[in-house]
Amino acid sequence: MVQIRRLQEEGAEILAVVGEIDASSSIELDLAIAKAVGEGVKRILIDCSALEYISSAGLGVFMSYIEEFRDKNIHMVLFGMKEKVANTFNILGLADLLHIRPSKQEAKKLINELSL
Amino acid sequence: MSYRYKIGCSLENLKGIRDFVRKSLKGHVVSEVELNEIVLALDEMCSNLMIHAHHCNPDHSLELSIDVPQKDKLIFEISDDGEMFDINRFSEPELGSLIQEKRKGGLGIRLVKSIMDEVEYLQRNGRNICRLSKRVG
Repeated sequence: MVQIRRLQEEGAEILAVVGEIDASSSIELDLAIAKAVGEGVKRILIDCSALEYISSAGLGVFMSYIEEFRDKNIHMVLFGMKEKVANTFNILGLADLLHIRPSKQEAKKLINELSL
Repeated sequence: MSYRYKIGCSLENLKGIRDFVRKSLKGHVVSEVELNEIVLALDEMCSNLMIHAHHCNPDHSLELSIDVPQKDKLIFEISDDGEMFDINRFSEPELGSLIQEKRKGGLGIRLVKSIMDEVEYLQRNGRNICRLSKRVG
């Protein structure tokens, strides 16, 4: 139901989330982020352009890393969300707690600034 | 118009629930964002029930029905014969405390309450019914 593709680009790790994240598939997202963190990645970009749906289980995965990332000086920026997906984040006000940008370019710019 | 869907309590089946809701509401809900909100709220309600009232036992089932009594009003009923799981009894966790505790839950109830206009519980023929209503358009 969800596929996560991983690629490196200019020193940042991009996790492209393809499909739908719900209570049965959120573990895939969790494992992919945990793996990147375990490998010492400090800059994580989440490509949401092919993310069709996310439920609270998926939102919870992103939320669960906020503190760990703060402690370990890891930065994560999400980008490319469709309007319906962005709306799900906005209902809960998560746009204030997570870094979200419209485009990959803007996401890269932000993650570079955050990493300074 | 009314639509009905019966499904086993396995999280793998949430996708089927979402597809059923999307298909049923085609023509009744125009905006993609609004349709996604409704799909989301029902997914959250069903996954909560599957997890908390049925411990994801696929032999247990729940039934979702969608009723469109008038053009701008939708009524959803989720019925099951498990333990009553009343989201109105759960306080919504603060976003701040969710981060602190690294809890991967609690957000769903907040979503449902934001999206639906009404969430009420009743009993009919010995079954629990959760009725959600939403004005659209």
